[in-house]
Amino acid sequence: MSAFNAIGEEREIDRDEFTPGVEPQPTWCPGCGDFGVLKSLKQALPEVGKTPEEVLTVTGIGCSGKLNSYLDTYGFHTIHGRSLPVARAAKLANPELEVIAAGGDGDGYGIGGNHWIHTARENHDMTYIVFNNEIFGLTKGQTSPTSPKGHKSKTQPSGSAKTPLRPLSTSLDAGASYIARTAAVNPNQAKEIIKEAIEHDGFAHVDFLTQCPTWNKDARQYVPYIDVQESDDYDFDITDRREAAEMMHETEDVLNEGTVLTGRYYVDEDRPSYTQEKEAVGEMPDEPLAERYFDDDAEWERSYDLLERHT
Amino acid sequence: MSDDELIWRIAGGSGDGIDSTSQNFAKALMRSGLNVFTHRHYPSRIRGGHTYVEIRAAAREVQSRGDGYNFLLALGDSFARNPQEEAYYGNEEIKPLSENLDELREGGIIVYDEGLVDDEDIEEVDLEERAEENDWHVFPMDLRGLAKEHGREVMRNTAGVGVTAALLDMDLEHIEDLMEDAMGGDILEANLEILHEAYDTVNEEYDFEHELRAPTGEHDAEQALLSGSNAIAYGAIDAGCRFIAGYPMTPWTDVFTILSQNFPDMGGISEQVEDEIAAAALAVGASHAGVKAMSGSSGGGFALMSEPLGLAEMTETPVVLIESMRAGPSTGMPTKPEQADLEHVLYTSQGDSQRVVFAPGNIEEAYEQTRLAFDIAWDYQIPTIVIYDQKLSGENQNVDVEFFDRDVSPDLGSTLTEEELKEAAHDASGKFKRFDYNEATDGVVSRSIPGQKGGRYLATGNEHSPVGHISEDPDNRVFQMERRLEKLEKIREELDEERDSTQTYFGDEDAEYGIITWGSSQGAVEEAIGRLNEQGHSVKGISVSDMMPFAETEVTEFLESVDEAMVVEMNATAQFRGLIQKELGRFGDKMTSLLKFNGNPFEPAEIVEGYEVNLADEDREPTAQVRIEPVAGD
Ligand SMILES: Cc1ncc(C[n+]2csc(CCOP(=O)(O)OP(=O)(O)O)c2C)c(N)n1
Ligand code: SF4
Repeated sequence: MSAFNAIGEEREIDRDEFTPGVEPQPTWCPGCGDFGVLKSLKQALPEVGKTPEEVLTVTGIGCSGKLNSYLDTYGFHTIHGRSLPVARAAKLANPELEVIAAGGDGDGYGIGGNHWIHTARENHDMTYIVFNNEIFGLTKGQTSPTSPKGHKSKTQPSGSAKTPLRPLSTSLDAGASYIARTAAVNPNQAKEIIKEAIEHDGFAHVDFLTQCPTWNKDARQYVPYIDVQESDDYDFDITDRREAAEMMHETEDVLNEGTVLTGRYYVDEDRPSYTQEKEAVGEMPDEPLAERYFDDDAEWERSYDLLERHT
Repeated sequence: MSDDELIWRIAGGSGDGIDSTSQNFAKALMRSGLNVFTHRHYPSRIRGGHTYVEIRAAAREVQSRGDGYNFLLALGDSFARNPQEEAYYGNEEIKPLSENLDELREGGIIVYDEGLVDDEDIEEVDLEERAEENDWHVFPMDLRGLAKEHGREVMRNTAGVGVTAALLDMDLEHIEDLMEDAMGGDILEANLEILHEAYDTVNEEYDFEHELRAPTGEHDAEQALLSGSNAIAYGAIDAGCRFIAGYPMTPWTDVFTILSQNFPDMGGISEQVEDEIAAAALAVGASHAGVKAMSGSSGGGFALMSEPLGLAEMTETPVVLIESMRAGPSTGMPTKPEQADLEHVLYTSQGDSQRVVFAPGNIEEAYEQTRLAFDIAWDYQIPTIVIYDQKLSGENQNVDVEFFDRDVSPDLGSTLTEEELKEAAHDASGKFKRFDYNEATDGVVSRSIPGQKGGRYLATGNEHSPVGHISEDPDNRVFQMERRLEKLEKIREELDEERDSTQTYFGDEDAEYGIITWGSSQGAVEEAIGRLNEQGHSVKGISVSDMMPFAETEVTEFLESVDEAMVVEMNATAQFRGLIQKELGRFGDKMTSLLKFNGNPFEPAEIVEGYEVNLADEDREPTAQVRIEPVAGD
């Protein structure tokens, strides 16, 4: 008997189930783009048929990291930059969990950059939403890895000398099998993309442009966005790595010039997820490991057999 | 020094097969009824460089390496090895002889590979004169030539073992058995031929003038020869651990490797990840999701784990971390033991940090305390750390097979089932009150696992309310903090009252003088105390394993009962003595320290000497590379 019988249960799921009761109310600033991510998740989750108990949201630290305080799923608010390793292990321990990791651009592309690259490389089956506001929000407005070159902040008063990181291209190179960019100002697209990302079997990276009206007043996210799927100007095959790469480069180039392109950039349905890869080499248990602890009939291999090689 | 024991040293280049040969020979000695203890010395390089393994074997108990040794098998040839037939052997060649002579006891035996060293080299080390002075018995033999004749020259190890057996008058039976287990076909044939020819040649060509013979003994129960790393890995398996994440770092790599190799067969998961921050964070994530999980590293890697360790504390996620010490600071001496990460492990991570730390002193304790670490972690929802070192990690000792508990304990401690969750407290929104201080027993509130119905909550490294929401409410903060702190008190009580003491005692209760130690120095201290008491001194010892919560009562009683005490540990700053003074707030004027930090573990004689100097002759410096640290005063 499964201990986690919330999983796999079929029923209509109400959107309100993902909204906690009276407290806590979001502490984000008025007009913050983070509200957009919360909203699109609340819309997407019931539509993909997940109950709150089947979902584990794992966040880092930052304004963005508070996402799961306001979303009624199982949640783990971890430490700055470390959401992905925690999320990966939870998925390995119980592959039936729907794991969604989230954090900021400082959190995910800066301090957690190493984990991001390796999680993408391994193609863990999870969704990773990066609230990209091109700034450190929570620590009050320092330059982030995606801040434009020349960006002035309290810690880089003469303007950043660094070229911004290119999250879409980096993720593609690292091995993510679903890559999209959306924006808080674009709620319909955001919901659809989040849905696809959740349903995708592999590492789905969504670079989510969120405005930070408090610290990043010139944020380019305010300019009108263009949806690359909707526009006739951009024609490329999202299943083709090279075409996708080119499109990502263009997107990242024009963002520096002030044009915001959004949409899906790359989808690889064929690439096995990490758990499948581990199964293939014989290093993944058949049943979710987590469930075995609640199963009274589970057979536990004993170590005394190992002693034989020492006698 | 008594020679009712054999201390056999096999020396050569790393990559020479010294390890596997010595492992097999140690097993053969164990199977013949002896107690064995192995000590491994190696440099931080992959091939070449001088390395040796010592096997100490006696009918009585052996808890440490001896002082010096009495049989040298000098093999080495891989120092500058060339795979061609006419291999060039560099001038490090003579090292297995020259580097090892100083510690060879009087009357000892030397077997060296004549096929590899020239007479000139032998002259250079004054072997003849020194042999005469020390009454050594020297047996040159062309081991390489013999091996080549029957198989391949790498099999010279086998020839060496054959010579050893003949010189010590040993039966070949156990050695043959082990070879048959380990190999087959032509390779086995060749090795057996080499073994016998070496054995017979010695018996036919040499006169035995030496006294040394293999001791004889008998075991009551079947024995297993295990390293400290084996013991920790098997302790984890029996505790129900089925998830490990790690990043290689000597000497922790041993535990990581053993579990990675065994987990696939037992339905466990092993992950080698990008760094140690990730490794510990994965262990936390897997534990959060309902699996008994562990990670570990050596000092430098453990430094990176400080963050996820704190996260585990604040979110009350059980996890076990292993810290296998080597000499530091920084990358220090990668293959040399030291006990200098104690403070690092006790106090790393920010805030009023709470964790449990055990320091096992031998192979059996390593197994038991790893199990205990898992039990405590899952019962009390707190990270636990097992700290040991390169010495205990690599040394092998025989243990009664009966000692091992054969039941896996997959109990998740204070974790609720879905049935139990139905009865548990929830808030108005339906969230489970995971951190409800009103529901705590011994500071612990039962937890749920993601996926369980009725168990939804938020785990956060920020201070949090009963349902897990971030909270800076002062009252809540104080309640939560006090609740978490209570755990350590309760764990102390549990360790005192319900568990067998994890501290180990030696000597006579009424002794006047005390030696206090911790971790892998335990064996040498035990032996030193035995010798001191034989010499008519009155000494007893305690080896402490409970570092946090500290073994307060037991150490207090011990210190109160002696006139003076010497604290023995392998570091330069007397970290453990500092801990005792910090925890007990007194006894500063009763304790001196005996410290060693040159990269080699204590030998019993050094402790005996340290005791003598410390107590009897204040002006004399100890001759060994140890340091006396005088009393501090309170
Ligand atoms: C190890 C560590 N370093 C620094 C901090 C302080 N810190 C908290 S949030 C943050 C930056 C957040 O920026 P970002 O990830 O872009 O998220 P945002 O607040 O903009 O959503 C920093 C540096 C921390 N909590 N931990
Ligand atoms: S500081 Fe910026 S990112 Fe943070 S809540 Fe305010 S607007 Fe949002």
